[in-house]
Amino acid sequence: MKEVLGDIERWRSAGRRVALARVVGVEGSGPRDPGATMAVSEDGEVAGSVSGGCVEGAVVTEALDVLARGEAKLCTFGYSDDEAFAVGLTCGGTIHVFVEPLDW
Amino acid sequence: MSLYETVRDALRAEDPVAMATVVEVVPREEWEFPDDPGVALGAKLVVRPGHPRQGSLGHEGLDTVVARDALGALESGLSDTRHYGRRGQARRREVSVFVEAFAPPPQMVIFGAVDFTAALAKVAKILGYRVTVCDARPVFATPARFPMADEVVVDWPDRHLAKVGPDLGPRDAVCVLTHDPKFDVPAIVAALPTRVGYLGAMGSRRTNADRLARLKEAGVDEAALERLMAPVGLDIGARTPEETAISICAEIIALRVGSGSRSEVPSLRDRGGPIHRDGRGEPGPD
Repeated sequence: MKEVLGDIERWRSAGRRVALARVVGVEGSGPRDPGATMAVSEDGEVAGSVSGGCVEGAVVTEALDVLARGEAKLCTFGYSDDEAFAVGLTCGGTIHVFVEPLDW
Repeated sequence: MSLYETVRDALRAEDPVAMATVVEVVPREEWEFPDDPGVALGAKLVVRPGHPRQGSLGHEGLDTVVARDALGALESGLSDTRHYGRRGQARRREVSVFVEAFAPPPQMVIFGAVDFTAALAKVAKILGYRVTVCDARPVFATPARFPMADEVVVDWPDRHLAKVGPDLGPRDAVCVLTHDPKFDVPAIVAALPTRVGYLGAMGSRRTNADRLARLKEAGVDEAALERLMAPVGLDIGARTPEETAISICAEIIALRVGSGSRSEVPSLRDRGGPIHRDGRGEPGPD
């Protein structure tokens, strides 16, 4: 989280709302450990990352959705048979990403 | 001050802080006490050692249990999601809480101001350590020779450890590179009683055998020496100071809290044969 503080501060001081997405669980092979953080401003600026690159786009979409609704949510990204066409991790693992408005 | 501001300020000051967040709640029908009030997704508790906790996860009992686990997470430096009952009961999975530990950088104390020290300090910086180089000889222990170190201390190892030893914990490392018994025996004797997670000492197998004998003479018992990784490093055929630094740091990574068993780690200590495999440097089969 420390690496995204500068951007968060900049956005907040400009009066922009911010969503935080954090990896809170990894099953199997995962590119980043729990705690990996991405911050997204309401106008779509991005700082930090939660994966090796494979799900970043989907997380930004979720973050903007969370800001629009004002509600936190737990998102899961990974490969399984019934989600073969969903956004996945090339490494075959599953990550759980908690996305929330930074309103605390 | 908001929870975010508390966390932000602690992060900037490199003060230890942990933040617990409710990330999942099972339907209340599955709770042990289904009449309890609901739990908000995103509810938070901020925990700092020596400070009152801030925020709440919605129940005093849950807060107490999570605060205790958060302090443990700060010790290990590991962040993870844990499961609790709605009131903090153990062995229930009603509420999932992500406990994120923002621990200050781990410390590495290197004794001996030699070439190997400069290389080790560089690699340790890449891994995020706060590095202190300590040597009793003022001519060698200078910031000019170790610009990559966060601190260069002119002192005897045992005196320096008397000062900083109580602050060392499981994420920290002490590396003794002097291979001079005058310095390394007192350094190891002083480091053994600390809670430091990694303690290694450099030297050939012959130097090491001699050092072990001196340590026993100094009253160190066999069981205490189990912690000492000597000769230091993984058996990767390292030769140069830089390669040796990689070998030492690889051993620290391999042995750190929670990753693998010691028997799976190819440490030089636990193997026989020459340290340098190309036949140069170390004579004989010691």
